[in-house]
Amino acid sequence: MVSTQKGQVRVITGNAAAAYGAMLCRPDVATSYPITPMSEVAEQLSTFRAEGLVDTEMVEVEGENSAMNVVAAATLAGGRAFTATSSWGLVFMYDAVQHASGFRAPVVMAIANRETPGILAVSGGQQDIISTRDTGWIQIIVEDCQEILDSVIMAFRLAEDYDIQLPVMVNYDGFYLSYMAMPVEVPEREDVDRFLAPLKQQPERTKLVPGKPLGCGTHGIEVGFVELRYKHCMAMQRALEKVDEIDRSFGEFFGRSYGGQIEEYRTDDADIILVTSGGATGTARVVVDAKREQGIKVGLVKLRLFRPFPRQRLSEVLKGRKAIGVIDRSVGFGWNCGPMFMEIRALTPEIGIIPMLSYIDGLANLDITILHIERVVDEVYAASQGKPYQEVTWIPLEE
Amino acid sequence: MVIKHKFLMKTEGAWSDADELLLCLDTGSWRTERPVADREKCNYCGLCALYCPPQCMKDMGDYFVPNLDFCKGCGVCAKECPRNAITMVPEGEFTDG
Repeated sequence: MVSTQKGQVRVITGNAAAAYGAMLCRPDVATSYPITPMSEVAEQLSTFRAEGLVDTEMVEVEGENSAMNVVAAATLAGGRAFTATSSWGLVFMYDAVQHASGFRAPVVMAIANRETPGILAVSGGQQDIISTRDTGWIQIIVEDCQEILDSVIMAFRLAEDYDIQLPVMVNYDGFYLSYMAMPVEVPEREDVDRFLAPLKQQPERTKLVPGKPLGCGTHGIEVGFVELRYKHCMAMQRALEKVDEIDRSFGEFFGRSYGGQIEEYRTDDADIILVTSGGATGTARVVVDAKREQGIKVGLVKLRLFRPFPRQRLSEVLKGRKAIGVIDRSVGFGWNCGPMFMEIRALTPEIGIIPMLSYIDGLANLDITILHIERVVDEVYAASQGKPYQEVTWIPLEE
Repeated sequence: MVIKHKFLMKTEGAWSDADELLLCLDTGSWRTERPVADREKCNYCGLCALYCPPQCMKDMGDYFVPNLDFCKGCGVCAKECPRNAITMVPEGEFTDG
């Protein structure tokens, strides 16, 4: 067992944590078009560049669509590339987002989650995760500023892994985490270099070299298309195990780990389980502790990985429980329930028919409060006792 | 699942190179009209080769002929030829088409 590497503790915002994470990985190219609430990521990265901490080429772009094309192209040329965006910016690069994954371009993108168009809401929410759910990217959702920094580093190791070669989004709550300053341990750059060193032992991925004509994404005709889609899907499945592996390795290296695909909290003997993601998980932990004091055997699962979906690990932890409550910070159009709830409901064949309750809360910067989560636990507990329950609850509308 | 398909792409990503079949789509089969070059009229100026979108005019030394494996029959060469040496003829008039 190697002794864990210590870093310097700084009080920084979530945006700065994302920029620190990227800077420590020494990207060859970075670019970002400013958008609330992530603009600070680009500002910080440019500052690092100006201070000479990195020699990253910062490309000035005219919009998010160009930003994504720049970083995808940079990775196809064999480089390491980073970008960040949010909400409308993510929507504006939607075609390029799918190019990146279709090209298997290992871009890492930080996303400060914010409500998406068309109601003008300059406020937090996870709808932008949902709007890019089926773009073939790996989607990680984090809880606090430390996890943002650590996850950006882990994301590079995941994206560029020879067996994966997929772009990765690191999602954190816009407005909540993006602007909140917390103590964050910033690892030493040499330690991050060592953590990323295993990538150098792997075969070199295909790249564009002057004088050697290659096309990328240009020959998806008929069964060739099917073949590429299949390879892409298989890489997504391999990423499940890889996320756990990298998380364990990070833990051994830096002394912090996050459970990989999901993080379980007091689930061992739990009768009912609460599923959350992102920053609301911190509040939920407090509620779980309080409810445990009152004798309710409630456990908590934090969904860290949304794509690929941690089907097996979730099934293992949810199987044999008496009821489940899922809190979503977004809506599932056409289902009238939360999107994460909808996906967990799809696990029914594995976990059995039990009450599952969907809660929609925290849209447009509304707080997911302790009171809200207490209510969720109480209702899920009542459902587990056989009491009638309401399947879908829009918490802000019932207050 | 048993995969019977023989994988075409040599790499994990969506890469295709220029010297294998992946860049050699049978675009000639798309053609409805065929460019027929009159060697007597051709003065080897090369404009047809410059304009040809799939770059399939073959340089024969002192004249050009289209490579019919790839020519899509767009007719740019016939339009641009200053000496009207190229005529577009419907494919139906050929027995090899």
